Amino acid sequence: MSVSSSSPAPLHLAVALDGAGRHPAAWREPGARPAELFTARYWAGLAAEAETGLLDFITFEDGLALQSSSPTGPDGRTDRVRGRLDAVLTAARVAPLTRHIGLVPAVTATHTEPFHISKAIATLDHVSRGRAGLRIQVSELDHEARHFGRRTAPFADGELYAEAADHVEVIRRLWDSWEDDAEIRDVATGRFVDREKLHHIDFEGRHFSVRGPSITPRPPQGQPVVSAAGDGEASYALIARSAEVGYVAARDGDGTRAAVAAIRRAREATGLAADPLHLFGDLTVFLDADAPAAAARLERLDALAGVPYARDGAVFTGSPGQLADLLLERRAAGLSGFLLRPGVIAHDLPALTRGLVPELQRRGAFRQEYEADTLRGLLGLDRPANRYARPAA
Amino acid sequence: MSSKPLKQIHLAAHFPGVNNTTVWSDPAAGSHIDFDSFIHFAQTAERAKFDFLFLAEGLRLREQGGEIYDLDVVGRPDTFTVLAALAAVTERLGLTGTINSTFNEPYEVARQFATLDHLSQGRAAWNVVTSWDSFTGENFRRGGFLPREDRYSRAQEFLATANVLFDSWNGSEIAADAGSGTFLRDARAGAFAHRSRHFDIEGHFNVPRSPQGRPVIFQAGDSEEGREFAAAGADAIFGRYGTLDAGREFYADVKGRLAGHGRTHDQLKILPAATFVLGDTDAQARELAHEVRRLQVSGQTAIKYLEHVWNRDLSAYDPDGPLPEVDPLVGENTIALGRASVRQFRDPLATARQWRELARAKSLSIRELVIRTTADQTFVGSAATIAESINTLVQADAADGFILVPHITPGGLDGFADSVVPLLQERGVFRTEYEGTTLRDHLGLATPAPVPAPAPDPAS
Repeated sequence: MSVSSSSPAPLHLAVALDGAGRHPAAWREPGARPAELFTARYWAGLAAEAETGLLDFITFEDGLALQSSSPTGPDGRTDRVRGRLDAVLTAARVAPLTRHIGLVPAVTATHTEPFHISKAIATLDHVSRGRAGLRIQVSELDHEARHFGRRTAPFADGELYAEAADHVEVIRRLWDSWEDDAEIRDVATGRFVDREKLHHIDFEGRHFSVRGPSITPRPPQGQPVVSAAGDGEASYALIARSAEVGYVAARDGDGTRAAVAAIRRAREATGLAADPLHLFGDLTVFLDADAPAAAARLERLDALAGVPYARDGAVFTGSPGQLADLLLERRAAGLSGFLLRPGVIAHDLPALTRGLVPELQRRGAFRQEYEADTLRGLLGLDRPANRYARPAA
Repeated sequence: MSSKPLKQIHLAAHFPGVNNTTVWSDPAAGSHIDFDSFIHFAQTAERAKFDFLFLAEGLRLREQGGEIYDLDVVGRPDTFTVLAALAAVTERLGLTGTINSTFNEPYEVARQFATLDHLSQGRAAWNVVTSWDSFTGENFRRGGFLPREDRYSRAQEFLATANVLFDSWNGSEIAADAGSGTFLRDARAGAFAHRSRHFDIEGHFNVPRSPQGRPVIFQAGDSEEGREFAAAGADAIFGRYGTLDAGREFYADVKGRLAGHGRTHDQLKILPAATFVLGDTDAQARELAHEVRRLQVSGQTAIKYLEHVWNRDLSAYDPDGPLPEVDPLVGENTIALGRASVRQFRDPLATARQWRELARAKSLSIRELVIRTTADQTFVGSAATIAESINTLVQADAADGFILVPHITPGGLDGFADSVVPLLQERGVFRTEYEGTTLRDHLGLATPAPVPAPAPDPAS
């Protein structure tokens, strides 16, 4: 899909769910339900709210260590949310309770088995009937590596991303390792499957080799949607080689244009320029009736947290109308959608679904109803052909 | 017997996906992948007040003679993902997943089970299995690295390590007190360090203590090490014996080992897998059972099965003819790889000799011999007969209950739920309502208190 600036294509919107929200004091806000963060009810409620807003997908953030404000290990803080549930399982838990919204759990490539991840996401696609994706990430954290005891940091940055790209390559080959019609149930010959339609993938890479085929039949979308965040050349290379959706956390229009150009160049270098690639702006939002109210709320949250909220990415404070202005303006920098991170989920998620979404709809920039049953469908991505299938004669 | 109070039977259901007991050619057989099949099966089990649903595992498609095996049901979804999704469409049913200790790491698996336990409000169980074959290992980073003799030591250490992680939160750390700003009462939440031969890990586990504290632990296996492993640390054993004498012997042996580990008789449930064929009458069920066996063992299936023993290509033989006169090739099994090779018979020459004698004496073809020598149906009969058989075996201490494996996906449990369960309930040996909410409640197992981590050794 090519995103042309002249086409008034509707925006795509996703929301990132993590604990009580992006702000460290979010859990102390009214309605935050911090004691329920580890219950299915909490996550089901958030997914339902996001689906009410017709959002394309939700991401379930994750990591293989306790949350920390320090890159070297736990920070010992007791005033912030600590602990989280496995993202893939949480996504699967809400899948039967939702019908349209895409489910995109975070997965760390660095310490996991591509064979397990491939079948887990394929199964998420089966249980959600075509709404699965994943957000692939790497971990350079030494203390996280010590949870596994197999490798030691420091890792060369580029190497982790190259390994993640191999990880995704294995995952994708495994998704294709069953052709769609491999199950034949041919009573006459006694064959349940046609073994000609099951394929060894024989991946050989620097960190692992995988023989295949998968144990799980090809998922409904053929290839669930792979996404990754970009914040530097190594991660741009991963997006370029491996993803259908890349997240760009730039602070302003110029930064966005530069990141988009760098990722597109990397995409061309991989020879995949013709394949669709969505680039989403990654933005933390504090939404209120007007800008002063939002700024005041952020200030109050910062006072509770004891430190001003600061992230590498962009932070927006203001009204839904102002956010709509910003998104439409930023779209011109080459974005086709946004991954919005509610500062306080209890407050900002409903503000997105009930404030921003109607505002964008009024401007003809967002869907009025779900137009497809699969995540690929919502993103305007075709179901890909199977790389192993012989073309019909 | 009469003075003894009646034992309560435990019942569970094995999803009939990949295995040679499934009859996929039956017109009633549905998808073993579509989530609707899992919903139907799980909700039937829950309607019948079963203790849990059970999922088996296989991490590589079977191959034989260098080709992917195509005669039985092939393909299965990911265990954790299916169980988490099933937690949304059931309320009380336990959710048991078979997860390999060889091709996983404790931190990740402990996270997944603790998460499943949270997301199901205390219904998670883990059937710990081991593997050592390099055939399966070819799908994983570390390959087939594990010497066969190490599989139980790694499994034991894996489980011990996972328990350290489960216990790294004691359950009282989370205050979530917005007013005071105290989320954690204790900054040490999740801290652990574990050093053993196979694992050397430390840090902080990031899933708070789950409703059951630890998932219910199942163990399968019949070897000396397997029995000891179960007696030492499992909550239930996936037994192998569905007959009175063999069952009683196994039951007495395994339960007898518990005291040696400081455990009581009730702390380990013995639950053999059992197939069943239900009919309107005993005679009809027997007829049906024979038909099911014929469907399960086609001529080609019989030849493939024989190749496991003969360790050579037997495709030229007629399944309706006599057994091969040629002897098995002794040595490493190169025809059947992976799990199939595990099943190899210790002395293939003796097995072949025995089978030839049996076939001659009873005039059996290859196919008929395989039908006769491979798994027979455990329970065959009318609902009354099956209820009686199950109750007899449980009251006689041949088992504490059964994990039922229907031969049809996903409706194979329906008749059992509708006709056998009510008879067991009438006899007062099976619950009519769930009494508790967690799987530990259903199995009568206590929720374990966390074992405090030992104080750090100042010398280390």
